[in-house]
Amino acid sequence: MQIMAKLKRSKIRNIVMAQREELSKDKLMWMYETMVKIRLHENKAAELFAQGKIKGFVHLYVGEEAVATGVMAALKPGDVITGTHRSHGHYIAKGGDLKASFAELFGKRTGSNRGKGGSMHIANPSIGMLGANGMVGGGIPHAVGAALAFKLLGRDNVAVAFFGEGGSNQQNFHEAINLAAIWKLPVVFVCENNLYQISLHYSKQQLITSVAERGKAYGIPGVSVDGQDVLAVYETTKEAVDRARRGEGPTLIEAKTYRFRGHFEGDPQIYRSKDELEWWMNNKDPIKLFEKYLLERSIATREELDAVWKRVSNEVEEAVKFAEDSPYPEPEELYEDVFAKPTNGVLVWRWE
Amino acid sequence: MSMASTREITFVQALNEALDYAMSVDKRVVIMGEDVGVYGGVFGVTMGLYDKYGPERVRDTPIAESGFIGAAVGAAMMGLKPVAELMFIDFLGVAFDQIYNQAAKLRYMTGGKVKIPMVLRTVCGAGIQAAAQHSQSLHAIFIHVPGLKVVMPSTPYDAKGLLLTAILDEEDPVIFIEHKMLYGVRGPVPEGPYKIPFGVADVKREGKDVTVVATAWMVHKALEAAEKLANEGISVEVIDPRTLVPLDEGTILNSIRKTGRLVVVDEGYPRASFATDIAALAVSKAFEHLKAPVKLVTPPATPVPFSEALEREWIPSTEKVMKAIKDVYYFKKP
Repeated sequence: MQIMAKLKRSKIRNIVMAQREELSKDKLMWMYETMVKIRLHENKAAELFAQGKIKGFVHLYVGEEAVATGVMAALKPGDVITGTHRSHGHYIAKGGDLKASFAELFGKRTGSNRGKGGSMHIANPSIGMLGANGMVGGGIPHAVGAALAFKLLGRDNVAVAFFGEGGSNQQNFHEAINLAAIWKLPVVFVCENNLYQISLHYSKQQLITSVAERGKAYGIPGVSVDGQDVLAVYETTKEAVDRARRGEGPTLIEAKTYRFRGHFEGDPQIYRSKDELEWWMNNKDPIKLFEKYLLERSIATREELDAVWKRVSNEVEEAVKFAEDSPYPEPEELYEDVFAKPTNGVLVWRWE
Repeated sequence: MSMASTREITFVQALNEALDYAMSVDKRVVIMGEDVGVYGGVFGVTMGLYDKYGPERVRDTPIAESGFIGAAVGAAMMGLKPVAELMFIDFLGVAFDQIYNQAAKLRYMTGGKVKIPMVLRTVCGAGIQAAAQHSQSLHAIFIHVPGLKVVMPSTPYDAKGLLLTAILDEEDPVIFIEHKMLYGVRGPVPEGPYKIPFGVADVKREGKDVTVVATAWMVHKALEAAEKLANEGISVEVIDPRTLVPLDEGTILNSIRKTGRLVVVDEGYPRASFATDIAALAVSKAFEHLKAPVKLVTPPATPVPFSEALEREWIPSTEKVMKAIKDVYYFKKP
């Protein structure tokens, strides 16, 4: 709570307030709809998991919607992102199709990854979502490499690496951020600090109070932002993206956020109190906060917002139906996609 | 390729020519690694490339193997063809996640949507008293992981042709392993470019009595042994698989069917190794042709020692290879 109080007094917040009026209604409504889409996608995934219809490890993004949405609102087509194990939100905000994501969660052939990745590996490079990642911090260097490719191929694009505060203790964070810094690559590092590394509280992971402080160690700007405020995330990211596009190098952003569900579905959550969770849900729900903003400024009416929920809800239902009706992969597909092409007529080694 | 354009150069020069040619024809080829730039690589493989292609394409990195190999993975995803250098194969531990969980699996996990056309060059092998953390032959670890192609050349000719294939033709991550004792070895290499396809073993010496499958420096030990045993009237066939993944099992099995006897010589540790893999291949697919037990010549299950006296004992010697060949040749069923 102290962190949030500090944040409210920060400079970033004021800059944002001053610039908020410039965004078009279309853009604001895109942000709203995107957050709702993530929320309903995740709630539905939780429901399906509880019913035993989807299996495996499922990490949901409920509560953190403003981070993915605010970041993606600052990107343009051709920009790419790398994700984490909790990346449904990144995928959706980047424009990922809900049919493909649900089909993937069901392990169907029509899934985004043809049923071979599942929740933790959801990807769609054609929209710039290079992949969620089951290894904490594993995708951070990929964003740096993508940015190197942009630079050498003369493309005016940026790469965004998402990771958690837990991932910021990983070698890949330090090595990749340093590489991007010395090579002045167009990367934005976005740390989603949701306060828990599964069960371990942030205060027991690091002595600093913001992951953004680590930017200084690598000679790049580090900025902390309220991750529940989609506009603050947007403005902060926009600044970092513009800087990257100008060839001035990477920025580290810490978005202070919170997950409303367990680390994974089935998490007993013995490490945090009900009071704490309720405080965040009542005071820092990114969708409610943004709704208030849109209504108070008469940007949207209650009816318009309700219509968004209704539309998205239908979209989710249709996507689930599509996923349930889709075929599973054929057994022979097991052997495909290991390598690009067979050698001597053989796809992969088999004893028989 | 006419003989006129072929001359004797070293293994290092052959690799350097391959890198140079690949960079000259494909602007997407980028080299990155520790001391690969001005310094030309600790073994000199990238010598002169920094001057020719500049710091953007020949990139010195901090000592951060996971970071720069991971960056190579990301760069490959976005259209570059990175050739990363892991200074010693022994260092794979600090970067292995990026190799076996990322590079190797991304194509599969994304249902074929992500491609990682990158090459990771690295150096293996004992022989210069570099001790336990700079002398290992860890190719079996890479062979074990689906999604990686594993190349291990034994001659300058193979080195150049295989590296050109790896960089210019392959669409998958290739682990290109260079044995440090081969760097100074000279051999005939055409001046111009040529490619050697993956999955094609090379019969380095034809024979009819015993099949020896050997890799990298061990190919040379096997050839020495074969030459010496020819005087005893034993005709040894030496097969170098060249690419361990994909493996040309046809050439190996055909040879076993012909000779009925197999010796595998490999510098990897003895168990769960390339040697045991080839032994398993022989007994599962050519058992009925075997006239003797398969013999494996490998180092012992110890780290690589420093002392010259101990290292010499550790490395599979020509004498040990000869003994194994004789054991299978003279084997009589009880």
